[in-house]
Amino acid sequence: MAQQTQVMDLLRFATVGSVDDGKSTLIGRLLVDTRQLFDDQLEAVAHASVSRGVGDLDLSFVTDGLRAEREQGITIDVAYRYAATPTRKFIIADCPGHVQYTRNMATGASTADLALVVVDATAGLKEQTRRHVCIAALLGVRRVIIAANKMDLAEWARDPYDSLVTDVTALADQLGIEQPLVVPVSALNGDNVVDPSGAAPWYDGPTVLAALEAAPAGGWAGEGKVGGRLPIQWVLRHPTGRRTYAGMVDGAALSPGDEVVLLPAGIRTTIRRVATADGDLQVAPVGRCVDVDLTDDTPAGRGDLLASAPLPEVTDHLTATVCWFGDEPLTAGQRFRVKHTTRSTIGFVEHVVSRLDVNRLVLEDGDALEANDIGVISLSTADPLVVDAYTSNRITGSFVLVDERTNATLAGGMVGEPTFAR
Amino acid sequence: MTTSSAAPSARVDHLDLLESHAIFIIREVAAECERPVLLFSGGKDSAVLLHLAVKAFAPALIPFPVMHVDTGHNFAEVISYRDRQAANAGARIVVASVQASIDAGRVMDPGEGASRNRIQSTTLLDAINEHSFDAAFGGARRDEDKARAKERVLSFRDRFGRWDPRRQRPELWQLYQGKVNPGEHLRAFPLSDWTELDIWQYIERERIELPSIYFAHEREVVLRDGMLLAVSEWVSASGDEVAERLTVRYRTVGDAIGTGAVRSEATTVAQIIEEIAVARVSERGATRGDDRFSETAMEDRKREGYF
Repeated sequence: MAQQTQVMDLLRFATVGSVDDGKSTLIGRLLVDTRQLFDDQLEAVAHASVSRGVGDLDLSFVTDGLRAEREQGITIDVAYRYAATPTRKFIIADCPGHVQYTRNMATGASTADLALVVVDATAGLKEQTRRHVCIAALLGVRRVIIAANKMDLAEWARDPYDSLVTDVTALADQLGIEQPLVVPVSALNGDNVVDPSGAAPWYDGPTVLAALEAAPAGGWAGEGKVGGRLPIQWVLRHPTGRRTYAGMVDGAALSPGDEVVLLPAGIRTTIRRVATADGDLQVAPVGRCVDVDLTDDTPAGRGDLLASAPLPEVTDHLTATVCWFGDEPLTAGQRFRVKHTTRSTIGFVEHVVSRLDVNRLVLEDGDALEANDIGVISLSTADPLVVDAYTSNRITGSFVLVDERTNATLAGGMVGEPTFAR
Repeated sequence: MTTSSAAPSARVDHLDLLESHAIFIIREVAAECERPVLLFSGGKDSAVLLHLAVKAFAPALIPFPVMHVDTGHNFAEVISYRDRQAANAGARIVVASVQASIDAGRVMDPGEGASRNRIQSTTLLDAINEHSFDAAFGGARRDEDKARAKERVLSFRDRFGRWDPRRQRPELWQLYQGKVNPGEHLRAFPLSDWTELDIWQYIERERIELPSIYFAHEREVVLRDGMLLAVSEWVSASGDEVAERLTVRYRTVGDAIGTGAVRSEATTVAQIIEEIAVARVSERGATRGDDRFSETAMEDRKREGYF
């Protein structure tokens, strides 16, 4: 425990999978076996399990905390959990499995570096799981670990494991994501979750935890495919009267002396200083909140964006992939408030171009999207937006559509079309 | 990281990432909402929150006031600390008094010797209405409780101050969406992804001052319902209870009647971090009487408008 203060990095991952495949149990197991839970929390789980007649210790109760979730035995909303090993902090978004909670799954996956997909190995890859892996891939999650769960029920036979490997390999090829590692586990008994198991002598790969520790962390905000991006959040007025621009660095690092363009105005300028409350930085890495001083008195404000080359596109017309969450269908002619980076404007849906058939991974003609549908739309905006393709950058490539009357968030949008669907 | 070619100084550890994320959220809420307020109890989480708010806007002053919901059952050290910290930050302080809510007949006094934790919700919501606040920053963390673990960073409250866990706004990427209609408000939780250990490591790194009750000291306490409660004008030994002088510290700061102390010799932040690393009882389980009544105590209180 003495190494607690050494430098740790941070991995965000989402757990996805179909109802009853054991997602929440696996996370419960991961937390219990890495000793993240306190004794009183374990006692509370045991107490709730016994009083609801579901055994001595139902590990899914570790994450399913809402009253309705425990009553119905399902996960409704994303539960965030935290674990740490001496070198890494994990932020875990345990996502719901039911179709009607796709919006919550998208919430969890949108910030994830990696997806941990739990599959009941005795049942194989279900449609719902394919759907979730597809949504995760759409949201930019390129790395997947598959936990082939309930191997104890399959008596650790190799056949169901092998056929699952075949299925997920084909799916990953279709989606264009990295080939997933498939780990045979029993979340119930703890085999191969944190502790290696002798139950499957034919498997010599890592445990789930070892795989999570080995995965590269970070990079979700920008894959290094674009230049530096600084959406301006706030103008800081100094006691001296000087104005500097606060925001979070994205895309690539920014440094004093960097030539940047203020967009959408298109004004060329140079970064004079990159400051923080703790002093100046020579290199401001992606993910760091900073305060940028420019060499001249270029007037800028919230919603503007400073960019270094390669530059983003300035446009008032987008083709975008959207996940629709509204109860009423999305159709042409509707208008919304659009929030993109730190800029808000009005958006007008020109067309619903197509609807994604998530099972066949093809785009079908369509003129409306129902709740939880994914599709491609064309969108006009009242003010220009400064965008990169979502596949190049998650921050400058994403937006939400907001109901102007109720302020409800009705859609998550990604600039560009799905790369895997034709 | 994506900056592998950069100088070693570009290395970012988990505390830097948590800090930047929190500062980003604070600035977004300040920019999108008309009248935010920062809830400040004098506890360690709100101390970190205030510190981050100051950093988010330095060298300018923070562009919103600080509010304390005062149960009237206070540790004296915490009140003097609160006033000092607000003054240091240059922030205006608003005090919303639970006693005033009781006197005005808005809530029932739970009685002598009973915690006023639950009835704070009414005082908080009344103050939010009175000042037309449309966003209230809180120091809550998702690792504290299973209902909090489900809550969004920007958590919507309807006209009645209620949280509806089944109808939360999707919160994708870093697109924190802070618009509300008149009468509604947001709770903003910039420390959502921090754990108790992160908080203490950050307090150590940033040398954040805390009220003295967080560090080991001698205090007269009485063991009640498994908690060590400070003997005070509201708590004294009754029945079989015996008041003892023990060396204790607090892991959380709340209503002086409902918050328990833990036995500890830790007098520095480094010693507290060592203690937490091996602790087997959660901070709420060890010290908060109000979370023990039912398995969904926090969810139920949050639905009513609690912090």
